Amino acid sequence: MVSYAPPASIARFQRLALIVGIVFTALFVVGYFLDHDQFFHSYLFAFSFWAGIAIGSLALLMLQHLTGGGWGFVIRRVLEASTRTLPFVALLFVPIVLGAHSIYSWTHPEHVAQHPALVLKSKYLNLPFFSIRAVVYFAIWFLLTFFLNRWSKLQDTTAERQFNKRMQTLSGPGMVLLVFTVTGASIDWFMSLDPEWYSTIYGFVFVASWALSALAFVIAVMASLAKHEPMNVIVAQLHFHDLGKLLLALVMLWSYFAFSQFLIIWSANLPEEIRWYLPRTKGGWGVIAVSVIVLHFAFPFLFLLSRSLKRNAGKLVLVASLILVMRLYDLLWMIAPTWTGEHFRVSWMDVVAPIGMGGLWLAAFARSLMNRPLIPINDPQYESVLQQGQAHAGH
Amino acid sequence: MAEDEKPEEPWEHDLEDPEPFHHESAHPAHSRRRGVPALYGIMAEFDNPTALVAAARSSYEAGYRRINGYSPYPIEELDEAIGFKHTTLPLIVLIGGILGGLGGFFMQYWMAVINYPLNVGGKPLNSWPAFIPITFECTILAAATAAVLGMLALNKLPQPYHPVFNNPNFALATRDRFFLVIEANDPKFTHGEAMQFMRTLGARDVSDVEV
Repeated sequence: MVSYAPPASIARFQRLALIVGIVFTALFVVGYFLDHDQFFHSYLFAFSFWAGIAIGSLALLMLQHLTGGGWGFVIRRVLEASTRTLPFVALLFVPIVLGAHSIYSWTHPEHVAQHPALVLKSKYLNLPFFSIRAVVYFAIWFLLTFFLNRWSKLQDTTAERQFNKRMQTLSGPGMVLLVFTVTGASIDWFMSLDPEWYSTIYGFVFVASWALSALAFVIAVMASLAKHEPMNVIVAQLHFHDLGKLLLALVMLWSYFAFSQFLIIWSANLPEEIRWYLPRTKGGWGVIAVSVIVLHFAFPFLFLLSRSLKRNAGKLVLVASLILVMRLYDLLWMIAPTWTGEHFRVSWMDVVAPIGMGGLWLAAFARSLMNRPLIPINDPQYESVLQQGQAHAGH
Repeated sequence: MAEDEKPEEPWEHDLEDPEPFHHESAHPAHSRRRGVPALYGIMAEFDNPTALVAAARSSYEAGYRRINGYSPYPIEELDEAIGFKHTTLPLIVLIGGILGGLGGFFMQYWMAVINYPLNVGGKPLNSWPAFIPITFECTILAAATAAVLGMLALNKLPQPYHPVFNNPNFALATRDRFFLVIEANDPKFTHGEAMQFMRTLGARDVSDVEV
């Protein structure tokens, strides 16, 4: 019997991530004393990326409990490890509340007073209620994460079948709750950057893009785990094939939501709506917009059509990495023009912040990945997935 | 009747060969076995998918290339086991999709810019963002149609008759029986050798399939 204990390479990776994280976070903190407004702007940008991977992992975890299948079985422990970083993500959220004055114009009473719409919105957009809502979102995500991880662990120790049923039963309503809370969180944290502007599909853009970045991240993790013991025994080509198909589906889903928002606003061309796109389609921001269309949609879409690419972990991970990089570009394009307008300007902190926060988050992720075996061997799917993997490995 | 008037080929006078089937088989594999109905291949019958896949694999390794498996449901490993690698179907679907996308876009371009130019909200006539949903739908429609028709054409369907139906047990292929056929037009195929080989595969039955 294989033990599926995490390999020692994860510990080495964790040390490296921690060192990178600490060095870049230190650099980033220097930025706070140079320009503390920019510090919080870059901080929100970095948070939108790394929080998205943890929260998107929760979505994928519940998705695979609902659908079943070998692809979900082999990535389950990676997803669970990623969701267990949520307490750390909640901690990362605290500076956003503390620096809200540098980030959100609706926290300035004199700004609100000049805009009648904001006066009306101030019952919703005020700092105490904003913080309470954030607590509610995190509380719901914690509860889902807590039970899904606890039952998964109990399944390992007791080998009882009932835990599968429980995880499945929780995942249905959990998925609905997740879509509502991510919609709320994305409206609060990112759409309210321009408090007069609104888009009804904005929440879904984040649901799709966070799930997409989580999946791209998981593919990258699986590609490196599958090379070595113990995961090379069980992870086969066909799992990467399935993950690649899901990646294609999520690329298309994200494109569909993002384009729907653009098409509707572009068609109506109303002054209060189109103003969000005007600075973002000019000059340097316009170049980023085109690069997002080409490198975030067109290239991954065309590459992922190929069957042989999806079955090749080495090539699939290149597409997944491209998507992760483009997720950063897209988030920067959505967030940064709030303060720069149509003048294209990227601060050095926009580079340092995601690396610093990423190092720390990856160290937290690696730590929780080391806590449990990489495969839930008491899951009823174990035997069939193992057979599949071996049948394919032999040829 | 036209048959009778045709000048007969010399081999049709073979005295050992009174069967009415013989003139249909110009294939070398069949002409060697004159006197019996023309042969489509040899069929082995299995109880479970694992045995079928194993048998398919050993047949491929033994050098047979024209192998086919029949089962009640898709078996993921089987296509790889019989050495089935590429079809032209993805290419057909891709071409269908590209043509559908171009067709969808230029249909709208032609209507909005050439055939019936109309100023909508002061936007340019060629307002391409508005064309994208229908371009996308046309891409999917044409790609899916190409996939279905291409699949039927490549599988030579619909096919009301197939030689494997001659085996009385073959009806079980839609229930709980799994079949492997090595076809007679395989370059390596000789009746005796293939028969002997298939008997080693652990099948519950091995039999000839007539055309």
